[in-house]
Amino acid sequence: MASLHQLARTRRQLAVLIAIGALLVATAAALTIRMVPDPPPLTAENVVIDVPGGPGVGTAVHLDATVYRPAAIPAPAVLLAHGFGGSKDSVSADATALARRGFVVLAWTARGFGASSGQIGLNSPDYEVADARALVDWLAKRSDVVQDAPGDPRVGVTGASYGGALALLLAGTDRRVDALAPEITWNDLAQALFPNNASQAPVTTNTPAAGASAPDGVFKREWAGYLFGIAAGSGTGGHDPCGRFRPEVCAAYVQAATSGSPTPEIVAMLHRSSPATVAGNITAPTLLIQGEQDTLFGLDQADATARQLAAAGAPLKVIWYAGGHDGGAPTVALRDEVGDWFDYHLRGIGTDPGTGFDYQVQALFGTRRGLPPRTVRAAAYPGLSKDPVQYREVVLHGSPQQVVRPPGGSPAALSSLPGLNAALAGGAPSAAGAASTDGVAMDLPGQSALFLSDPLTDPVDITGSPRIRLRVAATPSAATPTEDRAVLFVKLYDVGPDGRRTLPGGAVAPVRIGPLPRGGAPIEVTVTLAGVVRPVQAGHRLAVVVTTTDRGYAVPSQPAGYTVSLPGDASLALPVVPGQQAATPLPVVQLAGIGGLAAAVTALGMIAALRRRHGEEADPELAEVPLVVSGLTKRYPGGLTAVEELSFRVEHGQVLGLLGPNGAGKTTVLRMLMGLIQPTSGEMRAFGHQITAGAPALSRIGSFVEGPGFLPHLTGMENLRLYWAATGRPAADAGTDEALAIAGLGHAVHRRVGTYSQGMRQRLAIAQAMLGRPDLLVLDEPTNGLDPPQIHAMREVLRGYAARGATVLVSSHLLAEVEQICSHVVVMNRGRLVGAGTVAEIVAGSGTVSFTVDDPMKAAALLRGLAGVDVMDVGQRVVHAHLDGLPRAAAVSALVAAGIGVEGVATRQALEDAFLQLVGEEVVE
Amino acid sequence: MNALGAAPGYRAPATLPLRVELVRQLRRRRTVLTLGFLALLPLLLLIAFTVGRDNRSRGGATLVDLATASGLNFVVFTVFSTANFLLVVVVALFFGDTVASEASWSTLRYLLAAPVPRGRLLRQKAVVAALLSLSALVLLPAVALAVGVLAYGSGDLVSPTGQSLDFATAAGRLALVPAYLAVHLAWVAGLALLLSVSTDAPLGAVGGAVMASILSQILETIEALGNLRDYLPTRFNSTWADLLASPIDWGHLASGAFSGLAYATVFGLAARHHFATKDITS
Repeated sequence: MASLHQLARTRRQLAVLIAIGALLVATAAALTIRMVPDPPPLTAENVVIDVPGGPGVGTAVHLDATVYRPAAIPAPAVLLAHGFGGSKDSVSADATALARRGFVVLAWTARGFGASSGQIGLNSPDYEVADARALVDWLAKRSDVVQDAPGDPRVGVTGASYGGALALLLAGTDRRVDALAPEITWNDLAQALFPNNASQAPVTTNTPAAGASAPDGVFKREWAGYLFGIAAGSGTGGHDPCGRFRPEVCAAYVQAATSGSPTPEIVAMLHRSSPATVAGNITAPTLLIQGEQDTLFGLDQADATARQLAAAGAPLKVIWYAGGHDGGAPTVALRDEVGDWFDYHLRGIGTDPGTGFDYQVQALFGTRRGLPPRTVRAAAYPGLSKDPVQYREVVLHGSPQQVVRPPGGSPAALSSLPGLNAALAGGAPSAAGAASTDGVAMDLPGQSALFLSDPLTDPVDITGSPRIRLRVAATPSAATPTEDRAVLFVKLYDVGPDGRRTLPGGAVAPVRIGPLPRGGAPIEVTVTLAGVVRPVQAGHRLAVVVTTTDRGYAVPSQPAGYTVSLPGDASLALPVVPGQQAATPLPVVQLAGIGGLAAAVTALGMIAALRRRHGEEADPELAEVPLVVSGLTKRYPGGLTAVEELSFRVEHGQVLGLLGPNGAGKTTVLRMLMGLIQPTSGEMRAFGHQITAGAPALSRIGSFVEGPGFLPHLTGMENLRLYWAATGRPAADAGTDEALAIAGLGHAVHRRVGTYSQGMRQRLAIAQAMLGRPDLLVLDEPTNGLDPPQIHAMREVLRGYAARGATVLVSSHLLAEVEQICSHVVVMNRGRLVGAGTVAEIVAGSGTVSFTVDDPMKAAALLRGLAGVDVMDVGQRVVHAHLDGLPRAAAVSALVAAGIGVEGVATRQALEDAFLQLVGEEVVE
Repeated sequence: MNALGAAPGYRAPATLPLRVELVRQLRRRRTVLTLGFLALLPLLLLIAFTVGRDNRSRGGATLVDLATASGLNFVVFTVFSTANFLLVVVVALFFGDTVASEASWSTLRYLLAAPVPRGRLLRQKAVVAALLSLSALVLLPAVALAVGVLAYGSGDLVSPTGQSLDFATAAGRLALVPAYLAVHLAWVAGLALLLSVSTDAPLGAVGGAVMASILSQILETIEALGNLRDYLPTRFNSTWADLLASPIDWGHLASGAFSGLAYATVFGLAARHHFATKDITS
């Protein structure tokens, strides 16, 4: 029976858990359905657009393109260019997002890439830029594109890296472009691929990341080779080392890669592919985005573009983000900024993005989940119109140091590894792309000079390109270099208190200085270090390291030696751009939501309180009746009826037995009496008050149902005390001593309940039920687990309890117990009442008495002769007879008078008979 | 006897006083061990940092470098490493165990028959669980602060993005962190309470709430869900760090508070409704 019950309970718990799980899933599903608005329908159409081949190309070039159309047309258009080595497919996510905003988006594969024909001209004005102009012409003929004037569509242009330069070149050569958003791209390709960051003349530019941009730089060999490899390898097979490059581009690369220095022709060609040539013409609003982790196109490139645009009068917003060619493509949030830019400047919707300057400060140990970069917002890019960038000076120390370049330029120092990231392809940002390259830097002894600052007293956020003056002299004793210009690499390290160095952005500033005087006299130069955004903590030092080699660059192979020193008053100038931390807007909605929740909960609370106030009404006629049960029914879901139409009454001072076989529904009735189970119908009244869950009238009922319940880690005494304290009633009313006397636990009451035997717990539980001397005591199988003397004592206690004017309700399946303890009986079977009355009445109902006599046959004959008596059965020494109202005393007198020895008269058997008769014969107990 | 038919001295609003429920919980070894472990954790971290000092990988700065930059940074690291799981478990434990364990001891039916009205029983238990949770949320950073200042000094708080806050300001900001976590983790409390009244197995209630948190954090890593992830209850778990920005960025903090309270309200009302109407069969 118990295991069945447990099984049912486990099933129920399982059902509840499943229901909760289902609820959560359903809620999530509902949220999903409601929160994701149906995306507006888009159409994407693949087209091939023929454009003129350009100078020296006889045939037209076929550009593979896709037009994304929003639902509402005509709409402004956006030209979306891809990165080097990519195609129109690598920008499809951006194209879809922009089309969803309501733009007609034209994404195409540049000539020489993917399915487009033609050869790569490196954004040449004659080829790729002319193609883009032809695409604007093509848009001008479309009815689904908003036209500002005949032949002049409203169009924006955006792209990253290779595509970003194209955006600038197009906008600089085509006045029809109405807005642009170039990302992580170059200003001057010659300076980007052959950087020289040293200038003998003072650098006077007062923008944060201006480079010295001196001519005749050092070849950025690794990056150039990596890029060349991408495009050459994308050919349609064959063994042409030039792949799909135009011959002059390929020849220029081969020349640079083999010699390590640029010829004037190469410089001229790279220059023609540079926005620097045309950016001065741009007046369209420009959102200029550059990466802080970018050793290919550094912050100096965007800085130069910004100066040109500002001079031309273009409305300009600059964003430096925590990423770049080394650190991840622009994030979704940045792409949203591009969308907002076009929304405002092409469609006139949304808020004005303004013309400020945002930069992101990356977490010191890279961008990790949960540690997003901090965005700082300045009113304007410094140095463009009026306020120049501010510098913080840090003094460096270090004596003149000799550095040597080994023959062949190897082994070489390491600063960063180009091409670890696919950002340049212009694809969607990858989760893995956020790796920091700060950690790979390594310098070699003998090749590097170190100049160190004192620990900083205050933290500083370096924002841009630091500057330093250096003196370099040729070492006379070293093997005489055939070239007389010094190639050196200058880096800035953040040095922690434990001496560990970090190279922010993995960035290095290559310089070519000279010609150096043969006699060993120094030349003094200003070096513009690589542009970075780096928070340097207080207590950290800054170190400037000058090396003779770097694996990323073409290092001359002749051995050489130089002496590097600081001018007497030299200090490191760190650019800083004060700004406000970019914050999310005032959280009005969320605060209103919190207020709404509070109001809703308060309202529910008030409704509940009002409901409680309109509670039940007492029945004054029943005020003295401890318990009236009428029509009580409990049906469980699933059809089981535990109690059906049960009615009985317990009068004051009675000891009532609730008798029935196991499973008769006794415990269910008692649980309903405790307010634990809600009846399906019918009611119970205690002293006239209806019993419901938590009804105050329950405080007059002491109960012990289905076993004891105690906190196992506390002693019996503490359990009783805490239980009584939980009732909130005065401690003086508890009667703890009396209850403990009944429990009879002795000193064990000061032991943990966990150590008690079953019987001890049982007695303690009955003692707990008697705390406060309840007017009605409800006990479920109280003698279970007690030994005979304890059972005897318990009977006395219950009788005594009733004798003092209280009422006791005892449930039992044991007939003997009920017969011995109770004055009245209610018999239940299968949830129904089958008999009620005094014990005598119930016995009389069947009226059977057992006489133990010395001569059963004679006794039976005598009894048969008495009026109304019916002898049921004659045993060896016992006669069972139905007396039918005849007092037992009269029957006994008659037997004795007839000389029959009567040894005993029992009703026990009689109640059993009655019980069996009432509940039916199928009960086997 | 009064008009409501109650025994002399019985008043429903006086049942199960907070003091009594607090004693009932504090006398449990589980409560003492949990709070004790939280107090011990900063010491364990300190030992780990001290022992592991020589075994660091070369290369750039690490989280541990930042953690030992100052006593305040040590506190931030301690909270950072516990907020997503350990503190969730603690809140789930105090709330999930509270009713279910009474059911498993069979004491629930005697409390309800005393009678402690069901709504009141749930409220008193929730209040005590909240008090215990809050003391856990305060205890951990408080001990970490004491340990951290002794070990690493009372220098500035340095944020991962290099911002510095002086000791007084930062200590004030850190005092707000438990407050935010308490409000944000209310969703765990609500869910654990709902599970606690739905099952007689304390482990099921506690584990269920923790599992829900883990599930939510897993869903959070699925980028394809996009903005839907904003509706996940754990979305604003790490937002307490915004309290350390200068100036404080209240936007996401308010979202996190709203998210926590909204889920807590739904779960809490469901728990109350379920508990008020269910048949107690334990």
